[in-house]
Amino acid sequence: MHTGFLTIYWRDMLRFVRFRSLLFASLIQPALWLAFFGIAMSNNFDRLTSTLPPIPGIKAVGYLTFICAGVIAMTTLFTSLFGGTVLLFDKNWGLMRETLSSPLPRIHIIVGIGLSGMTKSFIQAAVIMGLGLLLGVQFFEGYTPARILISLLGIMLFIGAFSLGFLFLSAAIAITMESPEGMQAVITLLTMPFFFTSNALYPSNSFPPVLRALSTVNPLTHLVSGIRYFAIGSDFSSIGIHYIYTQGGILVSFLALLAFAVIMFLIARWRFSKVTVT
Amino acid sequence: MVRESIGIVFQELTLDRDMTVREILEYHGRLYSMPKAARQKRIDELLDLVELEGKRDTLTRHLSGGMKRRLEIARGLMTRPKVLFLDEPTIGLDPQTRIRIWDYVKDINQQGTTIFLTTHYMDEADQFSDNISIVDHGKIIVTGKSWELKNTLGKDIIYLETSDNRAASELLKSLESVKGIREKSKGIIVMVNVDGTYLLPEMMDKLRSEGITIRAVNLKKPSMDDVFVHYTGKELRDSGTEKSSVVSLRAGRR
Repeated sequence: MHTGFLTIYWRDMLRFVRFRSLLFASLIQPALWLAFFGIAMSNNFDRLTSTLPPIPGIKAVGYLTFICAGVIAMTTLFTSLFGGTVLLFDKNWGLMRETLSSPLPRIHIIVGIGLSGMTKSFIQAAVIMGLGLLLGVQFFEGYTPARILISLLGIMLFIGAFSLGFLFLSAAIAITMESPEGMQAVITLLTMPFFFTSNALYPSNSFPPVLRALSTVNPLTHLVSGIRYFAIGSDFSSIGIHYIYTQGGILVSFLALLAFAVIMFLIARWRFSKVTVT
Repeated sequence: MVRESIGIVFQELTLDRDMTVREILEYHGRLYSMPKAARQKRIDELLDLVELEGKRDTLTRHLSGGMKRRLEIARGLMTRPKVLFLDEPTIGLDPQTRIRIWDYVKDINQQGTTIFLTTHYMDEADQFSDNISIVDHGKIIVTGKSWELKNTLGKDIIYLETSDNRAASELLKSLESVKGIREKSKGIIVMVNVDGTYLLPEMMDKLRSEGITIRAVNLKKPSMDDVFVHYTGKELRDSGTEKSSVVSLRAGRR
C-alpha cells in the first residue's frame, strides 16, 4: 500500500504542534465554552427545571452534562470545517505545486488532511471531556473501567466519522475557492444551520416540524446522540426531558455519519481532479 | 514514470515558511517514496553541496533569498532526477549569490544531470548552455549553440546615426559584405560578414561621398542580447514575461 497520505499527515501535524499559540488557543477555546456558556446556562436551566418532578426510576443529569456532548460536537464541527484551510494557503502560496507535481496520488492529500484533522479533533475532545469531568459533568457515571473503555472507543468512532466528513467537505471548498476571506465567509455561513438545527445546546423535541426534519438529517445531531449514548447512557433525563437511545438508533446514526463522510470524500475527490498545476 | 525522473525549481519561491530546512527536504523525499536511510543520506549530501549544513534546523522564514534558492535547488535534486528544470533560478539575487548558484548548477551538470534553464538573463544563457532555444509567445523560434546563433547575425554589428538614415541604408545594402540592415528610431544597425574594424572606414567614406553626415558610430560583436532582439523583433526591456529564452545544458558525461 502506498503510504503517501502519512507524509501529508506528518506535515500537517508538524505545523499543528509547532505553533504554540494556535495549539493553545484550539485547546482552550472549547474549554472556555464549557466553562462560561455551560456553567451560565446550566445554572439557568437547572433553576427553571427544578420545579419539574423528576421522572421516577430514571437517571437524571444536569444541563452541564447535557451540553458537554454538544460542546464536543460543536468543537469537532468547527475544527473540521476549518481543517482544509491549509490547502487553500498551500494553493495560493504555490506550495501545492510541489505536492501536485510529485508522483503522490491526489487522493492521498485528501486522506492525509482528513486524518490529521481527525487527530486534532480527538485531542480537543479529550481536553473538553477532562475539563468537563473536573467541572462536575456526569460522564461515565457508575461505569466499570471496561465499559468506560468501550464508551471512549464508541465516542472516537463517532467523532472520527463525523470529522472526516466535514474535513473532506472543507478540503473540497478550500481547493475550489480563491481567497481565504471567501472561504471564511462560506464556512461561517455553513456552521450556522448545522449548529442551530441540532440538539447540541438544547433539546430538539420541541422544534417546529421543519426545523425538526432538518435536525434529523443534520450530522451534528447524530454525533451528539452518539456521544450522549456512550457517555451518559441509553436512558436518562435532563432538563425535564426523557431521552431514550436504542442500539438500532445509534447504529443508524453512525451509518448516517459514515454515508456523509463517503459522499463528502467523493465530492472532494472530484474537486481535486479539477485542480491544475500552474 | 516521468514524474520520478524530473526535478523542478519554480520561478517563485515555494518553500513552507514554517518548516525547517531539513523538513523541507524530508517532505520532498517522502513525497517521492524515498526510503528513510536514503533520505537521510541524501539530505546530508545536499546540505553539504549547497552549504546549508549550519541551517539544518532553521525555519525557512529566517533564511536569506539566496539561501532559499539554494535550498530549492537542493530540493529539486533530492530524488536524483535525470533532468532538472530551473525556471529563472537567479532572478532577484545579488551577483555573488548568482555566481555561487551557477557553481552548484555546473557541479550538478558535470555529475550527469541534464539541466533545462529558463532565463531572461542572456549572459547566463550564453555562458552556461550547450544549446539555446529562443521562445517567443510560447513557440520556439530558433535553436542552436551560442556561437551558431551569434553567427547568424554576422561577424560584427555596426550602429550608425546619420543625417538621412533611409538613404544611408539604401546605399549600404548594395555592399557585398553587408548581411542585413535594421532601422531603429534614431539610427540604423548594419550586420556585416567581415571584420568591421576595416569595413567601417570604408562605409563612412562612402556615406560622406554621397553627402550624408554621420553623427554617431558604434561597433560591437553580436551578443546573445542582439540575437534575442533579432529573433523576437523587440527590445529586451519591452519583452515582459511572456518571452524567454529556454536553454538546455546537457550532461557532461552520461
